[in-house]
Amino acid sequence: MVIQALVFYLFAAVVVASAVMVISARNPVHSVLFLILAFFNAAGLFLLMGAEFLAMILVVVYVGAVAVLFLFVVMMLDVNVAQLRQGFLQYLPIGALVGLILLVELVMVLGAWVLAPGTVEGSGMPIPDPSQVTNTEALGRVIYDHYIYLFQAAGLILLIAMIGAIVLTLRQREGVRRQSISKQVARQRAEGVELKDVPSGGGV
Amino acid sequence: MNPLLVEYLPILIFIGIALGLGLVMVIGSYVVARQRPDSEKVSAYECGFEAFDDARSRFDVRFYLVAILFIIFDLEVAFLFPWAVSLGEIGMFGFWSMMVFLGLLTVGFIYEWKKGALEWE
Repeated sequence: MVIQALVFYLFAAVVVASAVMVISARNPVHSVLFLILAFFNAAGLFLLMGAEFLAMILVVVYVGAVAVLFLFVVMMLDVNVAQLRQGFLQYLPIGALVGLILLVELVMVLGAWVLAPGTVEGSGMPIPDPSQVTNTEALGRVIYDHYIYLFQAAGLILLIAMIGAIVLTLRQREGVRRQSISKQVARQRAEGVELKDVPSGGGV
Repeated sequence: MNPLLVEYLPILIFIGIALGLGLVMVIGSYVVARQRPDSEKVSAYECGFEAFDDARSRFDVRFYLVAILFIIFDLEVAFLFPWAVSLGEIGMFGFWSMMVFLGLLTVGFIYEWKKGALEWE
């Protein structure tokens, strides 16, 4: 139990510290790397709670894919930090005002937050005994039939994301020579080779 | 202790050893080796001549397209794991629910193939 508590405090401390570094690091690439560190430690926290599958998905999807995408975006934007900070003091009052309004709104929303009665014990699925059913299997039992509409909606969202990314970023370059394998294979000898009947002594 | 966490104890020990080894190497090189920094010695080495410019340059937007398509299929595979584990209990309904999901993403896959998004010119 002591090790568990120690590991929890270690992971939690690193998550908070690296999250602070994400927003305070001067180099945007460094802040993405701190984000990856935060993801890893959050995966450790999930593991401590027994949510094995979520921890692995966090590592595979967030660290493996989302963080790489963030790195690409940061590289693509080519942010010049010195240029970004030029008007910092000038815009500080407006920024502080917007931040304050947002904070007040969040406090108002969260202050009036009440959990609907019966959510916890009534409509939720019964949680199976973790010593008999693994985490992944317990998830699999409910996602595909009980929550089928949400599951299919996730599929539709992925489809939209795929088509949207292609529509937004795909540019066909003009004048690119491509290999057409079917054309190569379908080529006949008669099209490629021409036999000339050369009279002797006459030249071509 | 929780039997699940006991299974992950070797990974924790491994992370500890890796962290310790990394720290020992970095700190050891500071302690043992002679430190005599020089502006020429600590600058970036680029085949003998002065470094031309920053290593961070703009990327082509097509890398972004490849990354986003990778994320989408990554998520698709992530949904396949619990399905495969619990297929015996969710029966035909669960099977066909996944087939519809895969069908939706296959529509997108055919679209991107036909648009030439997977080709690199």
